[in-house]
Amino acid sequence: MYPLLLVRYGELSLKGRNRKTFEDLLLTNMRSALTDLPHGKITKTYGRVYLETKDNWSELAQRLQTVFGIVSVSPVLRRELDLEQIKEGASLVVQDTPGSTFKVEARRPNKAFPLNSPELCHALGGHILRNFSHLRVDVHNPDFVLNVEIRQEGAFLYSQVIPCLRGLPAGSSGKGILLLSGGIDSPVAGFLSMKRGVKIEGLHFYSYPFTSERSKAKVVELAERLAPYNGHGSFKLWIAYFTEIQKALQKGSYPNLSITLMRRFMLRIASKLAEREKALALITGDSLGQVASQTMESIHVINEVTNMPIFRPLIGMDKQEIIDLSVSIGTYETSILPYEDCCTVFVPKNPATKPRLEQVLQAEAELDVDGLVNEALEKTELLRINN
Amino acid sequence: MRNEIYLDNSATTPLAEEVVQAMEPYWMIQYGNPSSPHLRGVAAENTLNSNRKQLGRLLQAEPENLYFTASGTEANNLAILGVANSPYFRRNPGHIITTPIEHPSVLGVVDHLQELGWQVSYLQVDSHGHMDAQEAASLLQPTTKIVSVMLVNNELGTIAPVSKIGRIIEEANKERQHKIIFHVDAVQALGHVPVSIPDLKAHLCSFSGHKIFGPKGIGLLYADRQAQLRPIMFGGNQERGLRPGTENIPAVVGLTKAAQLVIDNLDHNTKQLRELRTALIEGIKTIPDSRINSPENGAPHLLNASFPGVRGEVLVHFLEQKRIFVSMGAACSSKKKGVSHVLEAIGLSQEEILSAIRFSLAPTLTLDQIQYVVYSLKETVEEIRNIYI
Repeated sequence: MYPLLLVRYGELSLKGRNRKTFEDLLLTNMRSALTDLPHGKITKTYGRVYLETKDNWSELAQRLQTVFGIVSVSPVLRRELDLEQIKEGASLVVQDTPGSTFKVEARRPNKAFPLNSPELCHALGGHILRNFSHLRVDVHNPDFVLNVEIRQEGAFLYSQVIPCLRGLPAGSSGKGILLLSGGIDSPVAGFLSMKRGVKIEGLHFYSYPFTSERSKAKVVELAERLAPYNGHGSFKLWIAYFTEIQKALQKGSYPNLSITLMRRFMLRIASKLAEREKALALITGDSLGQVASQTMESIHVINEVTNMPIFRPLIGMDKQEIIDLSVSIGTYETSILPYEDCCTVFVPKNPATKPRLEQVLQAEAELDVDGLVNEALEKTELLRINN
Repeated sequence: MRNEIYLDNSATTPLAEEVVQAMEPYWMIQYGNPSSPHLRGVAAENTLNSNRKQLGRLLQAEPENLYFTASGTEANNLAILGVANSPYFRRNPGHIITTPIEHPSVLGVVDHLQELGWQVSYLQVDSHGHMDAQEAASLLQPTTKIVSVMLVNNELGTIAPVSKIGRIIEEANKERQHKIIFHVDAVQALGHVPVSIPDLKAHLCSFSGHKIFGPKGIGLLYADRQAQLRPIMFGGNQERGLRPGTENIPAVVGLTKAAQLVIDNLDHNTKQLRELRTALIEGIKTIPDSRINSPENGAPHLLNASFPGVRGEVLVHFLEQKRIFVSMGAACSSKKKGVSHVLEAIGLSQEEILSAIRFSLAPTLTLDQIQYVVYSLKETVEEIRNIYI
């Protein structure tokens, strides 16, 4: 019934001179999200976007709920600039909207229309009250607002407002490398950075045969779940060869530091990859105090290997909040599949919760750090996940 | 010889060449539905009946007591739920005796019956999974309706004293109006130990195709008249109303052929399996700190062993690089602690459970291959132990 979807994007209109770049990126991301769904033209006018539907507005609206930067969408009815036709359309929209109180809001960019905005509100309000006995007007706190816009192209009517993800279009801020383990947290960290306009590339540390092919398949599946939020283009997933590093760490003489050392290796590899890929930040799923490697002491010592900014969007969240979010973005079910990953196979009996930097440096003096990092990078493979 | 050594035959087996050949005409030529009135249907019905008869001869059972199902799991479900689904037991939940080392397709059904109000008793098992048949006698209650015991345990290979339990039940039934129904899960037993239904004294007995070099998607339930089974699925009148659904004729033919092969060759195969298993045991004993979890006198195809200090899953992946396929004695993740209920029930330590591996053999393997497995195993266990200080 609705031939159009009205797409609103709030925050980016604040962004002054960059505005056009942002809008163009949002449109590109929208087009990419909608490629496999039938739809008509996408047009940008007056700080909003109209999308022509093919009788599939709810499917399109649902898909747009994966595009960061969109504040909300509304299915819109269109009528000729004729009061009787507008009234008939208003009845249809009202019929389709739940609630018992309403008000009418009118805008009239096209001043050629004979009624001005208050007159139009009055006419339509009266029409609805006469035809729908269960409805009352409430101008302060209505259950729904019947919106009418009078434009050159016709009269546009809508009442439903479907909230979307908000945030900034993926890629508008820059590129970041997400350390993707296969657990619950890192996909959520990726999601939250995409929300602030980061375009992410995933980096997984693969330790076969300590972990299995299935654990890699699991990370690929997580990447597939994240890819739709990552804007246009394929999602790059880097699989770093981590087996030799794990072996070296297990042989070292500081078993309690193995997790700290492992995380330092991960950040070194991630930083080098970021430089190569021209990414500006690393993203991790650290949540303060959750496990031994996430105490402030650990984070401090681990962070020491890189100057690259590290985003930790989960730092202030507790486990339940993270789980709730992972359920809503659809990564939870995959994350809890029970395969060994590097964080479960190699956990020492007593991981250090307060590692000291001198000790860590001493332990690393025994290792060929640069050699191991370079080998891991050389053997890193790239998977492109299509969204 | 293929360049892979498959030691996970208790999970599933490849089809025997003869089985594939036997099934071949039933995909595109003899494709009929036994319920159809025309000649194509009649031919299919004849195939179904003749296969049922042949299975009856092989298992020493009346053909009319054999019911085809879609899996061993379904056969176990139908056996136990089919008894419990009678009008009397739906109103008056009874008592069931089983063991803590049954297959999940029995334990899951037992848990379900418990939710419906049934009382459950578990026979005790020792550190190798052995049980005392006399204990079954002491657990009998006036309300006992079902006893369910697996003949060959699927993780350990332990052989249960099923005939003894059967005789105890037979004795007890002489004075009972409501007869106790004895179910034997023989899925892992067929082809590895003699299975004669009259000797088992069982009213119900389950089998599966894909554990005996037959196809997946086919199981078999023996059920005598005393069991008075009720259907648990409803539909057409196939399998005398007990198990609706168009019969899977190619799989029925495959199951029959597979059963014939493993039963005809039982002596030869078990001799070969026993030799292989002995060599494997001797080899594993030379690995320091290893522990054989299976009993010495267990089924000839199964061996469970622990290598403390080595995670079972890690060992599986190291061995697969050498084209050797074994399975874990326990499920994987340390996060979920999906630990084997069987190994837990026989009292293994957490470390022994997490480091357990199951080897399940086939008679087509050679001693040379087993020597190579032992050599690789020894090398790999040492390698992994060296990595984890």
